[in-house]
Amino acid sequence: MSMNSVGRPTAPNSDAGTGAFASLTGGRGLLQDEALIFERDGWFKTGVDLPEPDLPADDLGDLVRQEAIGLPGLSEPEAMRHYVRLSQKNHAIDLALYPLGSCTMKHNPRLNEKLARLPGFADIHPLQPQSTVPGALELMDRLAHWLKTLTGMPAVALTPKAGAHGELCGILAIRAAHEARGDAARKVVLVPTSAHGTNPATAAFVGYTVREIAQTSDGRVDLADLEARLGPDVAAIMVTNPNTCGLFERDIVEIARLTHAAGAFFYCDGANFNAIVGRVRPGDLGVDAMHINLHKTFSTPHGGGGPGAGPVVLSEALAPFAPAPWLVHGPDGLALTEHETAEAGRAFGRMSAFHGQMGMFVRAYAYMRSHGADGLRQVAEDAVLNANYLKARLSDVMSPAFPDGPCMHEALFDDSWLEGTGVTTLDFAKAMIDEGFHPMTMYFPLVVHGAMLIEPTETESRQELDRFVEALRALAGAVRAGDVERFRGAPHLAPLRRLDETLAARKPRLRWRPEAVQTLAAE
Amino acid sequence: MRYLPLTADDRHQMLAVIGAESIDALFVDVPASAVLPGPVDLPRVAGEIEVERELSALAARNRAAGSGPFFCGAGAYRHHVPATVDHIIQRSEFLTSYTPYQPEIAQGTLQVLFEFQTQVAALTGMEVANASLYDGSTAAAEAVMMASRVTRRGHAILSGGVHPHYVRTIETLAHVAGVTTERLAPAVDAEDAVIARITPQTACVVVQTPNIFGTATDVSKIAQAAHAAGALLIVVTTEAVSYGLLKSPGDMGADIAVAEGQSIGNALNFGGPYVGLFACREKLVRQAPGRLCGETVDADGRRGFVLTLSTREQHIRRDKATSNICTNSGLCALAFSIHMSLLGEQGLRRLALLNHQQALRTRDALASVPGVEILTRRFFNEFAVRLPVPAAEAVEALARRGVLAGVPYSRLAPEAGLEDVLLVCATETVTDDDINAFRLALTEVLS
Repeated sequence: MSMNSVGRPTAPNSDAGTGAFASLTGGRGLLQDEALIFERDGWFKTGVDLPEPDLPADDLGDLVRQEAIGLPGLSEPEAMRHYVRLSQKNHAIDLALYPLGSCTMKHNPRLNEKLARLPGFADIHPLQPQSTVPGALELMDRLAHWLKTLTGMPAVALTPKAGAHGELCGILAIRAAHEARGDAARKVVLVPTSAHGTNPATAAFVGYTVREIAQTSDGRVDLADLEARLGPDVAAIMVTNPNTCGLFERDIVEIARLTHAAGAFFYCDGANFNAIVGRVRPGDLGVDAMHINLHKTFSTPHGGGGPGAGPVVLSEALAPFAPAPWLVHGPDGLALTEHETAEAGRAFGRMSAFHGQMGMFVRAYAYMRSHGADGLRQVAEDAVLNANYLKARLSDVMSPAFPDGPCMHEALFDDSWLEGTGVTTLDFAKAMIDEGFHPMTMYFPLVVHGAMLIEPTETESRQELDRFVEALRALAGAVRAGDVERFRGAPHLAPLRRLDETLAARKPRLRWRPEAVQTLAAE
Repeated sequence: MRYLPLTADDRHQMLAVIGAESIDALFVDVPASAVLPGPVDLPRVAGEIEVERELSALAARNRAAGSGPFFCGAGAYRHHVPATVDHIIQRSEFLTSYTPYQPEIAQGTLQVLFEFQTQVAALTGMEVANASLYDGSTAAAEAVMMASRVTRRGHAILSGGVHPHYVRTIETLAHVAGVTTERLAPAVDAEDAVIARITPQTACVVVQTPNIFGTATDVSKIAQAAHAAGALLIVVTTEAVSYGLLKSPGDMGADIAVAEGQSIGNALNFGGPYVGLFACREKLVRQAPGRLCGETVDADGRRGFVLTLSTREQHIRRDKATSNICTNSGLCALAFSIHMSLLGEQGLRRLALLNHQQALRTRDALASVPGVEILTRRFFNEFAVRLPVPAAEAVEALARRGVLAGVPYSRLAPEAGLEDVLLVCATETVTDDDINAFRLALTEVLS
C-alpha cells in the first residue's frame, strides 16, 4: 500500500469489500437525512431579528388570534442547512441532461436572474402611478414586439400566468369572438387524441364539450376525420404544433383552412414552439391564438413547478377580445389600460389581479435579446438536430414510434422493444436515474403504447448527448441480457427507492401532524 | 452564441450520423410557404454587456419602492425578505428542476411542498392546503368553481370588500363556466351584508378579511349563515402577514381559505410572479384544484413524498379534471416557506405587530392633516382615507414630491364613484421618517 510522508495511506484498501454497505447511523456520505422542520425543536426559535413593537394591538379586540399557530422557526444557519440538504435530493438541469419531452428543460442563464432582481424591476408595485414606471411598460412593450415578430401575429395578451392559463385566455377570447358575432350555438372544441391534458381540461373548464380528432398512422391529425367533425357546432380546434409526437403537422395550413371554412378558430398549443422559433411563424400557418410558455422556449427557470408565464398571441379577429390590462401607445407614451370600458374594446374580462408575470418578462426578454433573431433561429435548429441525433443513435436498440422521416425537437419511442422482456417503460425510466439522468416523459402522448418522449433541447453539448446515448444503450443491453432486477428494483442509487404512490393516494397525508410519523410505514 | 454548445463541426458530424444532407432536411415537413428564408427582423445576438446595459437603463427609469417613502398595498405588499431566502431559491437544484414527476430524484422539492402545505394549513387554520396556485386572485376564482362543484349549485355572492380585480377575475371565469355571481356594492365595513343575500341556490359566499379597505372582520356569523343554507364560505386574504395577528379563516368557520402569499418571501415584481395559497377542509380535498403533495414510503419503507390525488388533475382526467392548472408557483412557494421557517411563529407574530403598529402611526399622522377623513376602523396594516380632492390627483402630486402614497380606489374600480378614496398601507419597512414625510407632503398638496 502506498503511504505519504506521515504514513497516511493514499490508495484504497485492496481488501475492501464491494458488497452492500450500511453506515452505522443511516448517513450516506454527502447525502444527509433531513427531518421536517416540524420535527425539530424550533417552536420558539426565529431566524429573523426584528425590533420590539412598542404599541399594543388592543384596538383589534377579539379579532386577535389567541391560540398557537403551529409554526416552527429556524435560526439562519439551521435554515441554510435544512434547505441545502434538501436541495441535494433534486435532479436539476444544471446537473445533467433533463430530457422531459414537452417540457423543454434548457439551460437557464444567470444573467436573466441578475436582471430580474434589479430594484427597478423587482421592487416596483403593480399599482404605483404609471408615471413612475415607464421603464417597466417599455420592457413589456419590447417583449410584446419580439413575441409578435417571432410568431407573425398582430397582438399579444401578456397577463396569463402559465401555459394552461394562456390556453384559458385563448379559448375565452375565441368564445367572446363567437358571442360577439351572435354565434352562440358553437359548443364543441376538437382536440387530437395526442393533446396535452391541459387542452381538453381548459375547453371543458369553460363549458365546451370536448371531442377527439383521430390520428393517422404517421402520427398526425387525420384530416378526413377533422373535416367530418367540423361543423356549425364547433367553436375551435386545439392543435399542438409541432405535435406531442414530436412531429410537424404537415397539413397544418389545410387544417387551418378547413377550420376557418367551418367558422371555427384555430388555437395552437405553443408548448413546442422551441422547435420552430425563428424559422417558422405560426401566424403564417393560419393560427388564431397560441400561448407561449416563457418557461420553456424562452428559458425562464421552471423552479420545481413554476412560476411560468403564458402570453398569448392573437390574430386580428381575436385581438379586440384580449383581457385587461393591455398596453397602449398614447400621446404621452406607453400606458396600461387597466379596465374594460366601452371605448376600450370588447375585452372578455380579466385573467388575474395584476399585469402578468413581470419577473418572467424580464428574464425572457433578456434571453431573446441575448440570442437575437439569428441566435433564436439557431436554437430551433440545434434543438431539432439534437433530437434527431438521439433518435438516430438509439433507433437500433429502442423502437422509435415513427421511424420514417425526421422528428422535430423531441424523439418519441414506444415500448414494443420491451415486449416480453419483463421490463416496462416505468422500470426503464427509473433505471435511468441510477445512471445519473432524469427520465424522459413517460406514457405520454397517450396514442403511443408505453411512450418515451425524449427532448434534449439545444443547450446540450454533443458530449453530454453521447454520454446519455451510452447510458441508454447500456441499459438497453441489460434489458436484452435479461437483467430484469436492475430495472424492477430501480432506482437503487437515488436518495429514495421507488415510492408507493398508491399508498399516498389511498391514505392521503397532505400535511405534517404530530402522530403521523411513526404509523404510516407500519401500515 | 454563448448558450449554444454545438460547434459547426459538431453539427456537420451529427448530420452525418443522422444521414441528413443539411439542417433544412430536418425541417422537410414544414410547408414551403411557411419557411422563413432567414432571421426575422429583430436585432442580432448580443453579449452580456450589451443586454445588461439595455435592461439596466430600463430598470433605472422606474421608481423603486425602496427609494423613498412608500405606502402602496391593495393586494401587493412590500416587506423585508431575508437575504437567505433569495440565496436558497437560486440554488440550481431548486431553480432549475421541473415539477417533481420523478419523486425519487425530487425529494428536495417535494419535502419543501409538504412543509409549505403544512405551514399554509396552520396559517389559515384549515385542515389541508395545496402546493400553490398562480396568485391570490386566480386562487379565489378556483375556489368559487370548486364550491360550485361541491354544492352542485351555480350562484356565488361576493362581498363589497373583495378586491375589485379579484372580483373581475372570479366573474370572468364564473361567467363562462355557467356560475352566476352577485357582487355587493363597495363598502368599507359591511362583509356581513352578504348574509341577507344567501338563498338555497347559493353555492358560496366570498368575503375578504382584511378587506380591500383594510377592514378586519370576524366572519363567524357569515359562516353560520352560509352553512345553514348549505353554502360554503370562501375567505379571501390578500395580505398573508395578517395571519400572524388576526384570527384565521379556519377558526372563523371558512370552508375554503385563499390568499395572496406574495408578502411572505416574494418581491413586488410589478404584479408577478406571486403565489396563490389555497386551503380547505379535508373532506373537500378531492374537489380541490392544483398539485397536492402527500406522504408515503419507498420500497425500503423509508418515508418520502409524492404528488398525489392526481386523478383530479388534467394530465390524468383531461376534460373531467377539477382544473386545467399544470405549472403553478413552485419557486415562489419555496420562497414563502423559507421565509416562514426563518420567521417561525415568534417572528411572524412580531412582524405582524410591527406592521399593525406602523399602520396605526400612519393613520394617526394622516388624521392630523386637515381635510383627511379616516374611513377604516379596525384594520391590520392598511386602511382607507377620504381626501378632499380626487385621490388619483393627490397620488400623482405626492409622487412628484417623492412619496408613493398608496392606491386610489378608483384605480381598481373607476366605475364605483369613490374617486376621493385612497388606500394606504404601512409595513415594517416604513420608518417614522417616512410617515412624517407623507404627512408633510399631503398637508402641502391639500393646502
